[in-house]
Amino acid sequence: MAKEFWRWKEYNWKSETIDWKDGNTVSCGIDVGSVSSQAVILVDGELYAYSSMRTGSDSPMSATNAMNWALEDTGMTQDNVHYVVGTGYGRVNVPFANKTITEIACHARGANLMYGNTVRTILDMGGQDCKAIRCDEKGKVTNFLMNDKCAAGTGRGMEVFADLLSIPIEDVGELSFQVDEEPPPVSSTCVVFAKTEATGLLREGWPKNKVIAAYCSAMSHRVVTLLQRIGVESDFVITGGIGKNVGIVRRLSQELGFETLKTNYDSQIAGALGAALFGRALAEKARN
Amino acid sequence: MIANFGYKDGSGDFYISIDTDKCNGCGDCIPACPVGLLQIRENEYDPMADDNMVVVLEEHRKKIKYSCAPCKNEGKDSILPCVKVCLPNAITHSW
Amino acid sequence: MINVGIDVGAKNIKIVIVNGQEIIAKGKVLSGFETKETVMALYDQLLGEANVTKDQINLITSTGSGRKAVDFAQKSVTEVTAAAKGATTLYPNVHCVIDVGAEEGRSIRVDSNGKIVDFALNEKCAAGAGAFIESMARALEVSIEDFGMLSLQSDREIPMNAQCAVFAESEVVSLLHSKTDKKDIAKAVNDAVASRITSMTRKVGFENDIELIGGMAKNTGFINALKKGLDSEIIVPENAEYVTAFGAAIYND
Repeated sequence: MAKEFWRWKEYNWKSETIDWKDGNTVSCGIDVGSVSSQAVILVDGELYAYSSMRTGSDSPMSATNAMNWALEDTGMTQDNVHYVVGTGYGRVNVPFANKTITEIACHARGANLMYGNTVRTILDMGGQDCKAIRCDEKGKVTNFLMNDKCAAGTGRGMEVFADLLSIPIEDVGELSFQVDEEPPPVSSTCVVFAKTEATGLLREGWPKNKVIAAYCSAMSHRVVTLLQRIGVESDFVITGGIGKNVGIVRRLSQELGFETLKTNYDSQIAGALGAALFGRALAEKARN
Repeated sequence: MIANFGYKDGSGDFYISIDTDKCNGCGDCIPACPVGLLQIRENEYDPMADDNMVVVLEEHRKKIKYSCAPCKNEGKDSILPCVKVCLPNAITHSW
Repeated sequence: MINVGIDVGAKNIKIVIVNGQEIIAKGKVLSGFETKETVMALYDQLLGEANVTKDQINLITSTGSGRKAVDFAQKSVTEVTAAAKGATTLYPNVHCVIDVGAEEGRSIRVDSNGKIVDFALNEKCAAGAGAFIESMARALEVSIEDFGMLSLQSDREIPMNAQCAVFAESEVVSLLHSKTDKKDIAKAVNDAVASRITSMTRKVGFENDIELIGGMAKNTGFINALKKGLDSEIIVPENAEYVTAFGAAIYND
């Protein structure tokens, strides 16, 4: 089988300092995306454990797997979790969810915790969609748009290019800066046409790094035009898988004239984290 | 909240925007749309609130350029039926 | 008067040599990346076939998205102009020309004098062009040639949710995994592209006077879907993919 350059790694994490048995409310958020799924477990609103995995062809199974992997070595079972919220594209396929909430609301709520309550604009670039969200100091959504119709500006578009150029997806960002000067962006928006264009550039003798730089630049520009519809206000953050690609993040910040806030949290768990926060609030609301 | 339903692709921007602060939930827009792409639903974007809002149905969100084409073809100066019936001006089209 | 029309498309280069309005030679070749050299080679070959020399050529007119590469053409016209000219010369009663190529789709409305009144284009998104079919044919492991016939064998309606060619490819693969018949998928793909072209054509308007040209006119399943969508008969000329090059060749008046 040919090497698959688009493949990224799965992982899990758990807190060394929190004992879940001391908590009043254990909540869980599960974000079943089209490409990856995350599970986040909170103990009284504090991050306790999480996992990130590829979504399989069976969504309910993916939700269960993500949950079980987050619970690994915690001594906790599903029965110890008070409230589960499902979110993301496959949210209706979380069999054990108490409630489902749209990922737009969850991303805003998650970013509010991850980056602080000064966050006003969130860009989430997922595997098969791109979301632009404005929110207030409570993490409540004030304006949003989502684009899941077109692969341009999504992780999938970047995967297509990583594969075309045989560059491991994790290396795309760094390599895109290893060029003598920034090339003009790929002119086609459509990924299919951009691929044809890139093949032409390679034939002209462009090195791979220059081609990927031209694509990163095109993708950043496209996302900027998407953001203009809702308006960008600082503080600005980028979540989702593409948030880890410096080739996009740095070019975007430059074009927008805004630095993106950094966080110690993993940017990919924003949706699941928000879902878990709503889970905690809903569990406590039900109790009162 | 302003909810933008639709997409941007290589050929342009196609969004229907609903301003939930202006929308009074009257529902007049729902029968006005000949394609039936609008619906009143619980506000899924604010899970802690109890209000309802108008949304564009999921099955139309990725093709509203085509779903809305019959009304758009009526003539460049005519007002779209959904926009016309909305007294609080909560509905706008980007194209 | 001997004239030449060169249509440099996204996928194929088409050249037509005419004597008056009569085609005396025609040929096509994959566009590739060395456009100028490719055009020259095909041009020389066709001159030989037509048994004419370069001195006898009155005018060379280029068209198509890559027309700038043909720097030896004395004249250049847009694809819309060339398509309308070619299509209405062949069928003077036609008032609506639909041209669907590899990367572009366009609907053109012309008046009784062949003058362009209105047109709509899709040139920025693969969803409304031949490239969409090509991606799906690859996923189905069916040749482009067989794709149209295959889709004609199906009378089922299965929905395609993805609009984008990149996402649709994944959808086709998962349909295959769930044991959906290839012919039903092929039909769904043709129906999807046809519905986009239908909507674009309604925008410019038509009255049972439609002609389909361009490479997609070879896809019989697509023609069927388009007829159904527009609820109209559609004229498909022989050599439909040469019509734009023909239009360029005879444009000199």
